[in-house]
Amino acid sequence: MGDVRNGIATRAGAMLLAPVGWLANVFDAPLRMLQRRTGSNGMAVFFLAPNMLVFGIFVLFPLVINILYSMTGGGALFLGDRTFVGADQYGRLFSCGSYLDPKSCTEDLFWIAVWNTLTFVVLQVAMMVAVALVTALVLNRELRARSFWRAVFFFPVLLSPVVVGLIWRWILQRQGLLNLMVFEAGGTPVNWLVERNWAFAATIMVSVWAHVGFYALILLAGLQAIPKDLYEAAEMDGTRPMRVFWRITLPLLAPNLLVVLVLTLIRAVQIFDEVYVLTGGGPGTSTLFLTQYIYEVGFASLLRNPGLASAASILMGAVLVVLTLIQLGIARRNEQRGKTR
Amino acid sequence: MSRIAEFLFRRRGGAGWHWTDVFTWFWLIGGLIVMFGPALWLVNSSFKTPAALAEFPPTVLPYVTAEAIVEGYEEPLQLFEVRNDDGSVRVLAEVRRLGTVAQMVDPANPGEIIRVNIRNRTPKRSIAFALDNYVQPFLAFDFFLYLRNSVFVTVVATLITLLTNSMAAFALSKYNFRGRSAVMMLIVATLMVPLSVILVPLYSVISAMGLFNSLWGVILPTVATPTGVFMLRQYMLTIPDELIEAARMDKASEWQIYWRIILPLTAPALAVLAIFSVVWRWNDFLWPLIVLSRKEVYTLQVGLNTYAGELNVQWHYILAMTVVTMIPVVLVFIFLQRFITTGIAGSGLK
Repeated sequence: MGDVRNGIATRAGAMLLAPVGWLANVFDAPLRMLQRRTGSNGMAVFFLAPNMLVFGIFVLFPLVINILYSMTGGGALFLGDRTFVGADQYGRLFSCGSYLDPKSCTEDLFWIAVWNTLTFVVLQVAMMVAVALVTALVLNRELRARSFWRAVFFFPVLLSPVVVGLIWRWILQRQGLLNLMVFEAGGTPVNWLVERNWAFAATIMVSVWAHVGFYALILLAGLQAIPKDLYEAAEMDGTRPMRVFWRITLPLLAPNLLVVLVLTLIRAVQIFDEVYVLTGGGPGTSTLFLTQYIYEVGFASLLRNPGLASAASILMGAVLVVLTLIQLGIARRNEQRGKTR
Repeated sequence: MSRIAEFLFRRRGGAGWHWTDVFTWFWLIGGLIVMFGPALWLVNSSFKTPAALAEFPPTVLPYVTAEAIVEGYEEPLQLFEVRNDDGSVRVLAEVRRLGTVAQMVDPANPGEIIRVNIRNRTPKRSIAFALDNYVQPFLAFDFFLYLRNSVFVTVVATLITLLTNSMAAFALSKYNFRGRSAVMMLIVATLMVPLSVILVPLYSVISAMGLFNSLWGVILPTVATPTGVFMLRQYMLTIPDELIEAARMDKASEWQIYWRIILPLTAPALAVLAIFSVVWRWNDFLWPLIVLSRKEVYTLQVGLNTYAGELNVQWHYILAMTVVTMIPVVLVFIFLQRFITTGIAGSGLK
């Protein structure tokens, strides 16, 4: 954060604050009265209140009643109007002839979404970590204009998922740029978003394209934190570059790689926006993922079932909690290792 | 030839090219094309007319086919350059086409129908940017409204985020009170609760508050960002407590300390959070999609998705509006990218 402390940022911050500056004086008199009653230290509660109020109403409370929701049935929206059904919604999600065959399940769409998401997570995470690692290694070399090249890979990260989805829909459409290239190369054009396997591959490619710059950046920071003298020592010993990579770079980058791996996992499990715009879950159900299932069961379909959507979201939440705990565990271990080093 | 190659691929120091050097440049140039190419192609396409968009193979430059109004015909007719048997070329307008034969007329002499084999004619075209793609969605459709809604959500949510997050960060970094670590734990825990996990109950909360189909329903749930509180708190911890003590000696109220001392000193971190928040809120999609069901309250993202989901996608408008939606983020990228990349590299948050 230290190098961000410079002129432009300070000026931007000052400009943001200037027009509302007079608010300070308006609020000061009543707040002084409040302070007289609470004492200086008691004002902490006042400063915390707005954030915690929003947080309580829009995060904590929904989280708690989500569990109640998942145990109710019917189409009513408000919890008071809903009938208690116990674990029926979970029972419905899990009633299955064979979990490997979604067609044998009562909620076949849920299991289709589960298997699609699982396949997506495995393939996308592997590809994301691999591409991010290669990009970080390339960016870590002695380059002219490194910040330019870093920006190149970072560009799509800022684009909105809707824009990402539409950019690629335009390129992958029947008469799009990709088919033009295939055509020029003498191949037969493919209807990329209409053929099941190609559409699935497209969701992976597009999500990697959109986010890889972010993870490459984290890995690059990790690479640059590796002490240079290690490489100098290896060079003096005449160690071959590949050996340097396996023996120095990779082991020292491992903590960052782990962070990237878990972060990618957490994001991949929740994949929705880009895919929804790109394929809409289609063709058929071949790119239907969990969040879209929750969205459609809870809001979009004619046979809305908020209880079922809620139960599915809690199952997904449980997976995410486990992944996040692993992430926090890693972060803590890295921190401690950093202190002892 | 080999001399040229030697010159082109010569490296400083003359050590020759290791395969990793070749690979580095392959990756960088490839990255440049793959990362920017798709967006540039979209921008390029957004200036084409529907007819030019339907063409395959597509042209790089936006062409329009020339048309002319010919006496005796109600619709404007398309103009073609027709090659005569003797090799001379003249411009004719097409009346209709039957198989491989086109019936054409000379615009100067509309009485006489001329039959031309379609192999002997090429459409008369000129380069023209279809700016209508950009104008029409604002005039004939509701895109101006969507744009206004998006700007409103982004600006208001960012201002509230900065205020509430910095206040909370101030309390968590500069005061000692009972339950402080519990509050911190609670905020850490939120990191585990992504929106997709609480969609249904959050929707009922918003409905119960009467915020369904309201932009406030989009804004409020997003403003208590745990990442923002964290980032600001980390930064405020580096501000020396002596400053606060000195201010208290001078009878400054706690509010004045927050507003006059802490906030200005936190400006760099606030600026980074502001950039993040603007990008986050501008790009939000799933939650607005759920809360906003009437066209008057759509944000750009939701509006774009709706038009792109229609049966007959009007790509010429969609492409232009996608470009408009990209503009703020591209501006952030050009001018403020450095802050974001250093922010991410420093803290690993997005």
